[in-house]
Amino acid sequence: MKRSLACLAAVVFAGQVGTAAEIKIGVVAELTGDMPAVGASCKQAALMAVDEVNNAGGLKVGGSTYTVDLEIEDNAAKADQSALAAQKLIAQDRVLAIIGPNASLGAVPASAIAEGGRTVMITPWSTNPKTTRDMRTGRPKRYVFRACYTDTFEGHVLAMFILNQLKLKRAAVLYDVASEAPTSQSELFRRIFTEKGGVMTAFETYTTGDRDFSAQLTKIKESNPDIIFLPSYYNDVPLVVTQAKRLGVTVPFLGSDAWSSPELITLSQGTVEGYYFANHYAADIATPAAQAFIQAYKARYKALPDDVAALTYDAFGLLFQALKQVDKPEREALRNALSSISRYEGVTGNMRFQEGSGDPIKSAVILQVKNGRFVWFANANP
Amino acid sequence: MAYLFQQILNALQLGSIYALIALGYTMVYGIMTMINFAHGDIFMVGAFLCFVAATVLGLSFIPALLFSMLGCALLGVVIERLAYKPLREAPRVSAVITALGVGLMLEHLTLVFSPYPRHVPALWSSASWHVGGVTLSSLQVLIIVLSVLLMVFLDWLVRRTMLGLAIRAISWDRTVAAIMGVPVDAVISLTFAIGASLGGAAGFLYALAYPVIDPYMGVIVGWKAFIAAVVGGIGNIRGAMLGGFILGAVEILVAAFLPSTYRDLIAFALLFILLICKPYGILGQPRPQKV
Repeated sequence: MKRSLACLAAVVFAGQVGTAAEIKIGVVAELTGDMPAVGASCKQAALMAVDEVNNAGGLKVGGSTYTVDLEIEDNAAKADQSALAAQKLIAQDRVLAIIGPNASLGAVPASAIAEGGRTVMITPWSTNPKTTRDMRTGRPKRYVFRACYTDTFEGHVLAMFILNQLKLKRAAVLYDVASEAPTSQSELFRRIFTEKGGVMTAFETYTTGDRDFSAQLTKIKESNPDIIFLPSYYNDVPLVVTQAKRLGVTVPFLGSDAWSSPELITLSQGTVEGYYFANHYAADIATPAAQAFIQAYKARYKALPDDVAALTYDAFGLLFQALKQVDKPEREALRNALSSISRYEGVTGNMRFQEGSGDPIKSAVILQVKNGRFVWFANANP
Repeated sequence: MAYLFQQILNALQLGSIYALIALGYTMVYGIMTMINFAHGDIFMVGAFLCFVAATVLGLSFIPALLFSMLGCALLGVVIERLAYKPLREAPRVSAVITALGVGLMLEHLTLVFSPYPRHVPALWSSASWHVGGVTLSSLQVLIIVLSVLLMVFLDWLVRRTMLGLAIRAISWDRTVAAIMGVPVDAVISLTFAIGASLGGAAGFLYALAYPVIDPYMGVIVGWKAFIAAVVGGIGNIRGAMLGGFILGAVEILVAAFLPSTYRDLIAFALLFILLICKPYGILGQPRPQKV
C-alpha cells in the first residue's frame, strides 16, 4: 500500500513537472490594518490577472510554457511587516518578482529589501519618490518599478488644477505627518503651488490614528483659504470633512489618489459630494482594453474596480509583457526586460519607463464626486 | 478672541471624552491597584455597539446609549470574572499582562466581523449655532453636558451611597473589608461594570462625534486616557476627570497656537514635567506600603 502510494505520488509529481513548470510571483498587500479595502482590491486584481494567464494555457517564456503561482502575504498596512513579507518572499519562497506593497508606507521599506535581494518589485500604487529612488545616492533603484505616477507629478497636477481651472489662489493643507505618501504629496504641493503664484494660508498636520482635528481645522478656518488640500486615505477623509462642516468650514476640499476607494463613498455618506481629487484612471471614460478589464472584474467580484485594482492588473501586465521578452524566467533578465519596455497599453493608460528609472511616464485624471460616484472631470498629461 | 473660545470648546469636547475613559482606569486601579489595559478596547466595543444599535437594531438615541453602556458593563463583568479574578492573588504583573491580552483579543474579535472601517449614522441632530464668530454644534453640547452629568452621578455614587462606601472600604483594605462583611466579589464586579459602562458611554459619544470606527480605534485613545488618569492621580476619581480635561486642553491648545507637527511632543513633554513636579498626579496621594 505504502509503495503504491509512493508510486502514485511519483507519477503525479512527474506529470506536473513534465507538462508545466511554475513561475512564482509574490504579492504583498494591505489585507488587514488601516486600509483593508486597498489590500482587497490588490488581491482580487492579482488573482484575476493570474487566472487569465493560467486559463489561457500559461505563460510562454523562451519556448517553454509556465503556469503562474501566487504567494500572497499580508503586511497589515505596516512598514515593518512589509519588509518582513518581502524578505520571506525573496529568501524563503524564492519568488521571481514581487507585486506590491501598495501604500508608500509599506512600499518604501519593502523596496529596500527587494533592491538588496536583487529581485524585481513592482508597486502598483505607491507614488512616493523614495520608493524607486535611493535617497542617499540620489540614483534610481535598479530592481524597483511602479505602475503609477509619482507624487511630484500629482502635486504639480493638483497645484495647476487649483490655479488654472478652479481659479483659486489661497489654499490650506492638512495631512498625516506619520504617513509617507501624504507627507511627500503635501510638501511637493506646497512647493509647486507657491512657485506658481498661489498663497499657502495654513500647513497643518496630524498623526495616524488621530480622530480629532478640531484644533487644526479651527486654525485653517481662521486662515481663510479658498480650498483645503487633504491628501489623506479614504478612512480619514470622512472624519475630517464631517468635523470641518460642524465647525462651519464652507470651502471645498481637494483630494489625492488616496481618496479613490469606493469605501470613501460608503464612509462619508454624502459629505464629500462635489469635491475633486486626482487619480490614476477614470472608470467611466476607459479605453476598450480597460473596458474589457472593468467588465471582467465586475462579473467576477460584483464591484467596480478602483484604481488599486486597475494598477495591480497593470503591474501584472507589465510583468507578463517583460517575461515574454526573456529566454528564461530569471530575476536579472526580467529586470532588464522590464526597464526596456518602450510601450505598454494598460488599463490606466499607455506607459513606458523613463530611461534608467522605475517610474513610468503616464497621465493623470481629475475626478469629481457626483451623486455618490467618481466621475471624470479633466485629463492631465505629463 | 473668538478663535480662543472656539478652541476652548474643542478642548472641552475632547477632554470630556478622555475624562470618561480615564474614570474606568482609575476606578479599577482604586479598588484593585491594577491597570486594566483592556479598557481602551472596551471603549472601542462601546463604539461598535453604538454602530450595531443604530444600524442593525435601528434604535434611537437614548435606547442606543443604554445599549452601549449595558453591553460594556456586561463585558466588563465577564472580563473581570474570567480573566482577572483567578489572578487576584497572583503577582500584579500577571494581571497587567492578562489585561493587555484581553485587549488584543477584543480587537481581533471585532476584526473577525469585518476589517473594514464602519460609518456610524447620526443619532443626534447636526444643528449648530454661530455666536459671535464661535460655532457651537448641538453634538458638542451633548457630549460635554452628558459627560459632566455622568461624572457628577459617579462622584455622588462613590461619596454618598452604601455602594460607594463599600468600594472605598475595599480600596482601603480588601481583607479587613471582607471581615467586616462587605461582599467583596460583588462590589469588585460592580466597580468593573460601572467603569466599563462609562467607557461604553465614551465610545458611544465618540462614535457620534467621529463617525468612522475601526477595531484599533481604542488603542491610542486608551493610552491617552490612561495618561490622563495618571496625571490626575490614578485611583482618584476627581483626579481622572481633571486629568482628562487637562490632556484635552493641552492637546488642542498646543495645536492651536504652535505648529501642529509638534503637538504630541510638546503636549507630552508638558505632562512629563507636571509628573516630575507632582509624582502622584495632581490630586493623587502617596499610599503607604504596608510591610
